[in-house]
Amino acid sequence: MMDKLGMYLSYPFVRYALIVGVLIALCSSLLGVTLVLKRFSFIGDGLSHVAFGAMAIASVVGLTNEMLLVLPITVISAILLLRTGQNAKIKGDAAIAMISVGALAFGYLIMNIFSTSSNLSGDVCSTLFGSTSILTLTRREVWLCAVLSIVVAVIFVLFYNKIFAVTFDENFSKATGTNADSYNLLIAIVIAVIIVLAMNLVGSLLISALVIFPALSAMRLFRSFRQVTICSAVLSVICAFTGIIISILAGTPVGSTIVAAQVAAFAICYVAGRLTGGVLK
Amino acid sequence: MALLTIQNLSLGYDSHTFLENLNFSVNAGEYLCIVGENGSGKTTLMKTLLQLQEPISGRILVGDGLKSNEIGYLPQQTVVQKDFPASVREIVLSGCQGRCGLRPFYNREEKQLAEDNMERMGIASLSGRCYRELSGGQQQRVLLARALCATRKVLLLDEPVSGLDPKVTAEMYDLISKLNQEGITIIMISHDISAAIRYASHVLHIGTNIFYGARDEYVKSDVGSFFLREQEGGDSK
Repeated sequence: MMDKLGMYLSYPFVRYALIVGVLIALCSSLLGVTLVLKRFSFIGDGLSHVAFGAMAIASVVGLTNEMLLVLPITVISAILLLRTGQNAKIKGDAAIAMISVGALAFGYLIMNIFSTSSNLSGDVCSTLFGSTSILTLTRREVWLCAVLSIVVAVIFVLFYNKIFAVTFDENFSKATGTNADSYNLLIAIVIAVIIVLAMNLVGSLLISALVIFPALSAMRLFRSFRQVTICSAVLSVICAFTGIIISILAGTPVGSTIVAAQVAAFAICYVAGRLTGGVLK
Repeated sequence: MALLTIQNLSLGYDSHTFLENLNFSVNAGEYLCIVGENGSGKTTLMKTLLQLQEPISGRILVGDGLKSNEIGYLPQQTVVQKDFPASVREIVLSGCQGRCGLRPFYNREEKQLAEDNMERMGIASLSGRCYRELSGGQQQRVLLARALCATRKVLLLDEPVSGLDPKVTAEMYDLISKLNQEGITIIMISHDISAAIRYASHVLHIGTNIFYGARDEYVKSDVGSFFLREQEGGDSK
């Protein structure tokens, strides 16, 4: 088995997939804790469907670089969803559901009407489930992904204390002079970037898993925000790594295998949390 | 000059006004209790004082060297906080956030301030514990310590004893009046009128009739005596 693994690792595309996979898993787990606590668990799903819709438009219009359209549209949707926050007329979950389903339907509709490819359902399937796109990354995409991931991680570390304060108590932060609105905006932008990145790895449908599973698993075991954040990052990286390796060895789809690994990790954490008398009371 | 001066303030949502021509001031060292029936606009008034919400008209003047972000705030607990994985120290320290500006991390002085305030609230031994595992009274102390990190002068408390049992409620009131004696100005929203009368130096009653004045005047006034009788009558049933 090690021989087989060694042989695969000698191919650059496998190495690229591992690097990108681990970086994306790291980034998506960082803000997961905040999103779960803000009751925005489904934002990954919603935004990735928006990105799917944008991608459909991009491919119909014939843009060579889809990112130019997909990223701004997703960022704007994220801002609309997160900024309205507590005072919105349509509350968080309903707003996400609306945007998500709307964008998905719209994207599929456009793809269907202006179809340029002979294998429409194949295209849709690979956008939704990620299928093999992570194994077909070019060197340029790997660099882009790496740079964006590092930027996201650095922003997170620099604003860690502010993100904590704003997530725990938005009104208190505002009242005591923290500019909560601009940090919410920052969170929204970072989320959108992460989701567009993660679409390459697991596809639209499974992004939520990357965002919420590590956070939820870590919350079974740890009690402080810092511990939970670190643990979820570590868990996410481990799951992404093992998921990709298993999918290469067993020939399973990358995205689903990673998510399966996340589910397994959650189960282990849940049981461990119960056994140690953890936080679930 | 007073710490806070409220002039001709009108409050409401959208175009609907439910409180008009409010005038009062808060001086350093006072203990103001804001009372009124449910829906009379107590929380809206609090949010306006904290500048979370714009008043429909009128002004809030801040004086005596107080900066508008130097008001400590003890909010009512939100659903999000009830299962938030955070240690007591992390939460108390987040009260210093307003001092940081754009600086990403807390400095030694702020960490020391957080330690001191945990000591002051008697929760130093809990500093590593998870917030959601604490009792209601302990959680309030944590939030109070956080508010103290944000201010040295004024504390706004929104129903600080709601959901606490009688013994813890009494402890909480003692703690608050101890802070008041140490020189911190207290503005407290409460529907617990008997406590307001026992501890406050001034009372603001809002609703259909507005009253503002010293506690003794309130007890003698028509609004106050009516409201007091009603509550006591309600409690004895």
